[in-house]
Amino acid sequence: MSILLKKETSILVQGITGSEGLFHTEQMIDYGSNILCGVTPGKGGQYATKNNLPVFNSIEDAMKKFKIDASIIFVPPRFAANAILEAIEEKISLIVCISEGIPVRDMKRVKIALDASSSILIGPNCPGLITAEESKMGITPGFICKKGPIGILSKSGTLTYEAIDQIVNIGYGISTAVGIGGDPIIGSSMIDILKHFENDPETEAVVLIGEIGGNMENEAAKWIKNNFSKPVVSFIAGQTAPKGKRMGHAGAIISEGSETAEAKIKTLKECGISVSKTVSEIGITMKKLLGEK
Amino acid sequence: MKIHEYQAKQILSEYNVPVQRGYVVSKKSDINETIQRVQNDFNSESVVVKAQIHAGGRGKGGGVKFCSNYNKAVEASQSILGMNLITPQTGKDGKIVNQIFITEAIDIDKELYFALMFDRSKNADVFIVSTEGGMDIEEVAEKFPEKIVKAWISGETKPLRDAINKIIESLELSSIKDAHTFFENIYQCYNQNDCSLLEINPLVITTEKKLIALDAKVDIDSNALFRQEKISSFHDKTEEDPLELQASEFGLNYIKLDGNVGCMVNGAGLAMATMDIIKHCGGEPANFLDVGGAANVDTIKNGFKIILSDPNVKSILINIFGGIVRCDRVANGVIQAIKELNLDVGVVVRLQGTNADLARKILDESDIKLESAETIEEAAKKAVAMVS
Repeated sequence: MSILLKKETSILVQGITGSEGLFHTEQMIDYGSNILCGVTPGKGGQYATKNNLPVFNSIEDAMKKFKIDASIIFVPPRFAANAILEAIEEKISLIVCISEGIPVRDMKRVKIALDASSSILIGPNCPGLITAEESKMGITPGFICKKGPIGILSKSGTLTYEAIDQIVNIGYGISTAVGIGGDPIIGSSMIDILKHFENDPETEAVVLIGEIGGNMENEAAKWIKNNFSKPVVSFIAGQTAPKGKRMGHAGAIISEGSETAEAKIKTLKECGISVSKTVSEIGITMKKLLGEK
Repeated sequence: MKIHEYQAKQILSEYNVPVQRGYVVSKKSDINETIQRVQNDFNSESVVVKAQIHAGGRGKGGGVKFCSNYNKAVEASQSILGMNLITPQTGKDGKIVNQIFITEAIDIDKELYFALMFDRSKNADVFIVSTEGGMDIEEVAEKFPEKIVKAWISGETKPLRDAINKIIESLELSSIKDAHTFFENIYQCYNQNDCSLLEINPLVITTEKKLIALDAKVDIDSNALFRQEKISSFHDKTEEDPLELQASEFGLNYIKLDGNVGCMVNGAGLAMATMDIIKHCGGEPANFLDVGGAANVDTIKNGFKIILSDPNVKSILINIFGGIVRCDRVANGVIQAIKELNLDVGVVVRLQGTNADLARKILDESDIKLESAETIEEAAKKAVAMVS
């Protein structure tokens, strides 16, 4: 088991002929992802990657030939919202958008369509997800993952890798690692993903990584307290971030008191959740927590 | 991206939102003529001289002056244009005023607060209004929290109408003609121009019972600038920190802080976490620097240049998680960059990921003065020790 993504999940790549799309499609294939085909408008009929995957003009065309469970999007930001909308319209159940820099106004449109559909969107502006030793949809380096009982849920890319690496190095492994992205509007919230981890028998504990900006971590903390039965280790980046300065991610900016790292750490602790003091202690904190049980 | 008041008012005018009108001046030799034009064109003996900088609180720093006649206006304009304006939002160094906006004076009956922005927690745009206009909204929130009213808009037709009705009621504007159109036009302006914030403080009711935007503060979603050609041309580079500007031209994301331990990291989250651990180990981070996914010789060299432009920096911590980029390549890049730049501050390098062991061997065996570390904490301790 794992969440959202399994070895047999059949995957389509939107933007497969672009340099990013092509490179990461090959990386995903090497990891074992079940990628069947790609879409690039205007390039239908061509073939891409070393496996000669067929390229279609639209998802609709692709679905005449293949049964598609999931789509991953590597499309330039100005076209990415329409790519997501196309996937929603074609009722793709799992959509992962890697593209960075999508305007907020475009994501408002996406969010309205998404809420009215049964599709799940991860991202945008995220590293995607990886189910250890089975499949990956995204850009997480596969070799750092070993299979095991820990789920990872994070707003940040390289912090996700760091957490995976530490968990593996202390002798555990990963069920699924999900990077949800740090934009102001994202498809899946922390609570959305936690619900999947709660229902996954293979996941025994979760690492939750947040950062300054927004209130998602506070909402997740309160939700965990009342609804989540498994141990959680959290880490919040940005304790030294000054107010009013955007730290990289479009959403990583402190505009209210509750959005500081300090406030989030306080809320997490009040909800009984372990907080790793520094980024170096994520693995050890998990080991201590599981050792106590 | 931030824009100036006069630019924001220009955009609002295009949507038929009444604003306090005026002309912008950037040369002292144009002051006299411009004041006369404002007086004649807008039939206003009194004028207001307003410094155009991106920071708020301009009035408190002496950057906004009401002038009852021509001579007073000349005097105020001469002193504000070119001054170093220090406000609660500029920091202690202040900002040079390169442009002033000379406007008509308005007979005010009442001052209100108005803002329109996106509320992340509700995934909807929100109107924020208060009958306590003219002051800092944070001050209003503190002193009169009950006087701040929010109305969320989750859709363009009926929800927008409902939200506007709610703010009209709470601002007691039902007797004002065209109030509904006024707010609807503001919403269209906000939406079509990809604004991330549109604040009018104060929004005034004139003695003739008209609504006028006396001030305007607009931020634009930088990701949408590709389709906002006109607004892109409003970009005022003199408003930005020169180092941060240079970094962005290198494709790096840099923010200067006050400490002396520099850091260079890939990924924004990891960069913040690295700053935090420097502090945790007893040091003070000198900057936030995200070099992005491709950490090659050029990005590392440019990163060093930017960090070292800050004279406070006494040591540099490099923390790269090599996923797609192999660590041995990053290590060679670091060595080459240090050699080419003749670095004389201490450097600690922590590389994790693909070929991390090989990378450490390369670093340890090089004839360059640097230290390697295995964990982020070890790296932070070493970098902090170098400055103390």
